[in-house]
Amino acid sequence: MKELKILAVVIFFTLVTYYGVEPYAHHQMHKKVDAQGNEIVYESQDFKYPDLKAVTVKGDAAAGKAMISACTGCHGIESQKMQAPMDASASAGAYGVNPPDLSNAGAVFDEKFLVNFIMNPTHTAMVEHKFKEGSGKTYPMPVVAPDPQTAANIVAYLKSIAPKELTPKEAFVAACGRCHADRYGKWTQLGDVPKTKPNITTHQDPEMLAFKMKVANYQDSLAKYMGKLPPDLSIMIRARSEEFMEHFIENPQSQLPGTAMPRVGVSKEGFEKVVAYLEETGDPSKPKRQAVGPWVLGFFFIFTLLAYLWKQAHWRDLH
Amino acid sequence: MAHFDKAMPFSNKWMDQRLAVNTLQRVLSTEYWIPKNINFLWAMGMILAATFGILVVSGIFLLMYYVPDASNAAAFDSVNYTIMSEVGYGWFWRHIHGVGASLVFLIIYIHMFTGIYYGSYKRGRELIWLSGMGLFIVFSAEAFSGYMLPWGQMSYWAGMVITNLFEGATPDVLGGALNFPHFVEWLRGDYVPGQAFLGRFFMLHVLLMPLVIMGLIVLHFGTLRIPHVNNQDGEEIDFEESAALWKAGRKKEAKVIPFKPVFLSKDVFVMGVYFILFFYLVFYHFEFAMDPVNFDPADPLKTPTHIYPEWYFLWSYEILRPFSKNVGLIWFAFAQGILMALPFLDRSPNVAPANRRGLFGIWFWLLLIDMITLTIMGKLPPTDPTFAMIGKVAAITFISLWVVLPFITMIEKPVGGKK
Amino acid sequence: MSDRRQFITGAGLAAFTGLGALGVLYGAKRTWDMLPSVKAAGFTTIDVSAAQENVLVTEMWRGKPIFILKLAKDAKPASAPNGNDANAYDDKRLLEIDGSKYLVVIGLCTHLGCIPAYYGDENKFKCACHGGEFSASGEVLKSPPPSPLVIPPFKIDGTKLVLGEQGPEYKKLVADGIVA
Repeated sequence: MKELKILAVVIFFTLVTYYGVEPYAHHQMHKKVDAQGNEIVYESQDFKYPDLKAVTVKGDAAAGKAMISACTGCHGIESQKMQAPMDASASAGAYGVNPPDLSNAGAVFDEKFLVNFIMNPTHTAMVEHKFKEGSGKTYPMPVVAPDPQTAANIVAYLKSIAPKELTPKEAFVAACGRCHADRYGKWTQLGDVPKTKPNITTHQDPEMLAFKMKVANYQDSLAKYMGKLPPDLSIMIRARSEEFMEHFIENPQSQLPGTAMPRVGVSKEGFEKVVAYLEETGDPSKPKRQAVGPWVLGFFFIFTLLAYLWKQAHWRDLH
Repeated sequence: MAHFDKAMPFSNKWMDQRLAVNTLQRVLSTEYWIPKNINFLWAMGMILAATFGILVVSGIFLLMYYVPDASNAAAFDSVNYTIMSEVGYGWFWRHIHGVGASLVFLIIYIHMFTGIYYGSYKRGRELIWLSGMGLFIVFSAEAFSGYMLPWGQMSYWAGMVITNLFEGATPDVLGGALNFPHFVEWLRGDYVPGQAFLGRFFMLHVLLMPLVIMGLIVLHFGTLRIPHVNNQDGEEIDFEESAALWKAGRKKEAKVIPFKPVFLSKDVFVMGVYFILFFYLVFYHFEFAMDPVNFDPADPLKTPTHIYPEWYFLWSYEILRPFSKNVGLIWFAFAQGILMALPFLDRSPNVAPANRRGLFGIWFWLLLIDMITLTIMGKLPPTDPTFAMIGKVAAITFISLWVVLPFITMIEKPVGGKK
Repeated sequence: MSDRRQFITGAGLAAFTGLGALGVLYGAKRTWDMLPSVKAAGFTTIDVSAAQENVLVTEMWRGKPIFILKLAKDAKPASAPNGNDANAYDDKRLLEIDGSKYLVVIGLCTHLGCIPAYYGDENKFKCACHGGEFSASGEVLKSPPPSPLVIPPFKIDGTKLVLGEQGPEYKKLVADGIVA
């Protein structure tokens, strides 16, 4: 009994310390306060984007297809055999960033977001602060179709050509991959790292060096455009909490006011796919952990039980 | 001149003639007497030894793939990519190593406070305390150098901040002979923490510090052998008399038990309970020991929003933080050194649980609560004036507690109770 | 009674701990295994179209030298003590790529792994370490090497060789007992 009391004291002080340095301290560090010092609690929007105008008209995919040339002046749609007019490096030189290929756009982005984005890109992407009048900068995406019907038609077309199911990597590439590299997933802003073979006499790999040079130039344009190079996402899933990632992707300004990161407008499903990819590259041991954990814990439960029997065999005669 | 009878090679007799294995066995385990009147807190020593063993084993596997290269996030990727996603069970060793490094300090603190509470640093046990405190300091160095190795943001900035403490702190004595104007650069081998810095901390972590720790562990065990382990009541036991009773089979009357197997059986049981907690943390709750900030690669051009040491350094960090740099450094050194002096600052001859020692009992619980307060305040953002104030008060309390210790123990009445 | 109980519980605990130690050993073995990225990098494509007759080309596969030798049509037969003394050009150990015969072997002596040198005028490989010799088709001419130069797994793809993959020609060599 006395030992249990001592154990309770030890556990009590351990837990107090733990609570203080972990949950409590992290809450204090990351909480957001308004001007009056009151805590702001972020309310998750479940990727519904309630601030955007609801789409009231029904899109017509055929009509969207008829006017898709309004998009393909800058964007490629590879799945429909439409090449982008400039390659990624040249686009980055011209716009700062490569306009995305639209093949998978309908599958990863939210429909309402896309319609609003076509009608009013900077507002919808929450980047108006970067492209204020007099800043001398213009957002590469112009207002192509300010009326809801045309926008809805284009989105209906994009949805009609989008695959039903994207792999986590495809979702990541479509939503994040033009600005963020993921070196553990062998991904650069210009695509997968190619498999090359070094010259065995000089031990140099000119093909790889040329690719790296291209990536460096692209990143240079991108860094100028964004203000800094967007971070590599290899293990972002462990560097930030999942909750932060969700809120940040849903509404970047709410978590990091002034950030250059636009609201990309992924759908709930698109977000889950992206997170799945980030887990694949950043925390690949998770499934193994979950598989091995119960066995190891089971082992030590039995070990403790056997040790208790051994201890009793020795200690029962002592008093 | 030794005498060697004919004996079967490697038989007990053969081994005993050459290595005195029977004597060793007797002296080190079967007739190493431990008081019977103990509780589970007496198992913390063996738990520490086991945890250290686990850290060594997991460290060996990590060392096979770790690359101490500060360029292009190479060290970072060797830990976070190669070990975590390529090496079979690499994640397992890393999580064990990270959680173990944290838990070893939890147990060290429990072990230390147990010693303070029961007065196990007096009456022949001074060297146990001193060698133990030596271990605490070397473990701290081991933990800090290990924290540099993943070369993440927290590694880099901890290295930067802690080495900067020594900027201008070197003494200008002997006509400047000891005055290093560039001491910090000398320490780092570079203007900032870089390749040279990582290389030398790697060496400290995987070789020098472990060697010192192993030596000190042997010393720590050695210091126990003659004064013996204390017991729950601080009772002075006649070990020879009690051991004779045990050997005569009068186990109920003997006040002692042999280390092996009786004491060990209890140790192993407590260890089992501890391992359940340990592996629960390894598999399901490791974030506390592997800070997310350190999953961003080191960036010399960007300080993380919040930097803080690992939890076990927080109390001494908080003693440093509220004061100006040099004053803080003095108090920091005071905090590290003063614990060493405990056996000499406690002027009372009483060896008894703190709760039976009047003022010292109050002193003990105040010290514990104060150190936990310092720990918590050490992590909270210093920009909040309330936390900063609580931290400062706790730091001053810590210093005051040690100043008053000799006085309150001097007037302490002798404790009766068990002989 | 008590002693017996102490022994049984102690032995049970020790045995169970041993079980855990086996688990740790398994993990340790897995940690020592070759990394997946090393395995995945074990494929090399080599274009042989530029090879000249009787000129040895050295390539690299899995960190080892690969000898590629295009044989001349009139390559002299070499009498090998291990058996095969057919016309060198007709040797079964040679691969046919785009109408020509090639020797494709790992360029390490089967004795202790030194790299033999090729002597074109003698149509022989000679190893400087311990004096072993091989014919232009990789057969042992002079010991100590115990076996012919090793043919790596390959796949023929036009004028290209993919080392590390097993194509039908390689599988046939295996079926004929020419490579193990």
